[in-house]
Amino acid sequence: MNTSLLVWIVLAPLLGSILSGLLYFYHIKKSKVSDIYFSLIGTITPLISFLITLYLFLRMNDEKIIFKQQLFTWLNVDKLNIEMAFLGDNLSIFMSMFVTFVGWLIHIYAIGYMKGDNGFGKFFAYFNLFLASMLILVLADNPIILFIGWEGVGVCSYLLIKFYYGNKENVLAANKAFIANRVGDFGFLLGVVTLFFALGEVDLSFASIEANLANASNELLVLSGFLLFVGAMGKSAQIPLYVWLPDAMAGPTPISALIHAATMVTAGVYMVARFHFLYSGIEEIGLFIAYIGAFSALFAAIIATRQTDIKKILAYSTMSQLGYMFIAVGLGFYSTGLFHVFTHAFFKAMLFMGAGGVIMALHHEQNIFKIAQHRASLPIIATTFLIGVIAISGIPPFSGFFSKDAILAAAFQEGQYLIWAIAMFTAFLTAFYMFRMYFIVFVAPTKHDEQYVYTSKTITIPLLILALGAIGAGFLNLPAIFGGNHFVDTWLSQLHSKHIHMDHTTEYVLMALSIVVAATGIMAAYAKYANFDVSRPEDETGLIGNKFYIDELYNILFVQSTKKLSTFIDKVVDAKIIDAFVMNSSIGFVNIGKRVAMIQNANVRFYAAFMLIGMTAVFIYLYITLGL
Amino acid sequence: MISLTSYAFVSMMLFSIGVIGVVARRNIFVIYMSIEMMLNGINLFLVTFARYHFNMDPQVITIMVISIAAAEAAIFLSVIILLYRSRKSLDTDIFTTLTQGEKS
Repeated sequence: MNTSLLVWIVLAPLLGSILSGLLYFYHIKKSKVSDIYFSLIGTITPLISFLITLYLFLRMNDEKIIFKQQLFTWLNVDKLNIEMAFLGDNLSIFMSMFVTFVGWLIHIYAIGYMKGDNGFGKFFAYFNLFLASMLILVLADNPIILFIGWEGVGVCSYLLIKFYYGNKENVLAANKAFIANRVGDFGFLLGVVTLFFALGEVDLSFASIEANLANASNELLVLSGFLLFVGAMGKSAQIPLYVWLPDAMAGPTPISALIHAATMVTAGVYMVARFHFLYSGIEEIGLFIAYIGAFSALFAAIIATRQTDIKKILAYSTMSQLGYMFIAVGLGFYSTGLFHVFTHAFFKAMLFMGAGGVIMALHHEQNIFKIAQHRASLPIIATTFLIGVIAISGIPPFSGFFSKDAILAAAFQEGQYLIWAIAMFTAFLTAFYMFRMYFIVFVAPTKHDEQYVYTSKTITIPLLILALGAIGAGFLNLPAIFGGNHFVDTWLSQLHSKHIHMDHTTEYVLMALSIVVAATGIMAAYAKYANFDVSRPEDETGLIGNKFYIDELYNILFVQSTKKLSTFIDKVVDAKIIDAFVMNSSIGFVNIGKRVAMIQNANVRFYAAFMLIGMTAVFIYLYITLGL
Repeated sequence: MISLTSYAFVSMMLFSIGVIGVVARRNIFVIYMSIEMMLNGINLFLVTFARYHFNMDPQVITIMVISIAAAEAAIFLSVIILLYRSRKSLDTDIFTTLTQGEKS
């Protein structure tokens, strides 16, 4: 069904971004503009998007329709026809619901967090643009429009990570994020092109791709499925392109919350779910995705156990949770994966915002041991943080339990016991490192007297709202054995996800097992860190503390080898071959010119001699030809 | 009776001496005189053949050449005077202002 509302979901934050951007120019060039205006623009526009999405959601729920809006033909070259069109089906409306909602809360939070910052207006301009890009990505009707949003979030993350560009490390982190994403984006673009040719150059909207899928050869589909997943690896920080995510913590905390909860990193999972018809047909790639997800989950969880930076621990936990999501979508349980995206958005946004509150209370200290040494009393943040930690560890009835347990059950049901075991062990590690962080930051004894620090209302209120989400979101997809009705699974039935069908005993046993595993992790963390002496902090040493030396390995493999190649081309190919050729030929021309110029020596007698020779030659010629 | 060949030989000799004079000598005056000598060599040639063929056309050309040479002499001599005034010399190798190559 056509609607003109769909585009406004995207346009509201986009216009907000342009408006704040212009206002910010006015602010720095002419006269000061109060932060209130930026806050108003920045928070109202995501709210408009959210309300429109909610309205469309309710209508879809009643009338069982999907929305489509065709704006204009963007490109029409031969058989390649790209419409600027937006699609509001169950998947994209589901996704944009929590993207706009969580995004809106993070915008409100950012008002408190960024208060008094010089770049307040710029921050909100970027922030709205980020949300707009993500919504383009979500609502796109064809992979090319999706790619616009895909690149848009990449650019915005770059702009926001180096928000404090005075510090060189931030700029390097932003470059790293951008370059790692470029690798993935290149894969994505190649994947779309492969798909276009594999399908016999048809119209590229998702509906027509799905309809023409039967015409394509399986090999090409496998190739394009793999290449598209390379894009997802970059965006969603999976092995081997995850290196940018921890460094992306250089940006202000609201950005981390936005990148990790609502936008950007979930794009990869969303994209795989969007191409569910493609991935359902190529199960070998699906299995590959699931394995990449499992290893990323484990790898990130192991690294997180030794990190000391509060935001980096959360960053690795995001990577780990994204691994879970990829296990689910790789095995064909798309709605299960998206359900985890959904619950994760709530508790991860909350954890980041809580961490931001702690960091701000302690004047931008991020080391958990130092935070503990100068602990401030932050009752609301501590409570919500605890809720988030419990949710991510998978303790019922918090939301993380239901979504994570569904993924574990899915892996078990599919007979992928290795993935299941890895995921189970990762669940143990998750509980361990999250509670390690919690115990050190909020519980471990410290000599310092705790003083109550006032935190802004714009920080605590979004936290409380998200806490409700983190507790309650799980009930939206309650398994049947608890009398639930699988609301999310039903809503996303268009994805033809596989469903979990196992006898109740097995399901209970699995659930009990995962609760036990999580509880063991918490106990282990409690035993080690609840009474930890924070004055003697742990270092980031050893194999795990140094993140398995992957950054160093990449440095040698890619950075140094590229540098060597560049030097080789610069010093040998360019200087010795190309320059030599160009310079020698020009010198040659100069020399020939000099030789020729010697004839013009202004010596009259010389000219006369030449005339003589010339005339003689002409006469001899005439003599011979005329036969005289 | 002096044969036609002798006349032709003398005129060719005059012409060749003129050519060698133009090419080999450095003094502008001598070059000028050599040019005149070449012209006269040609004149002699024309007159000889006019007489030989009893045809008046070459004679006309000869008168033409002599008159043009007279006019040319006026210009040539005045140019030589100007050249002498500018450089105080009549050596042709000095007048190399229009060269394009390296000056030797």
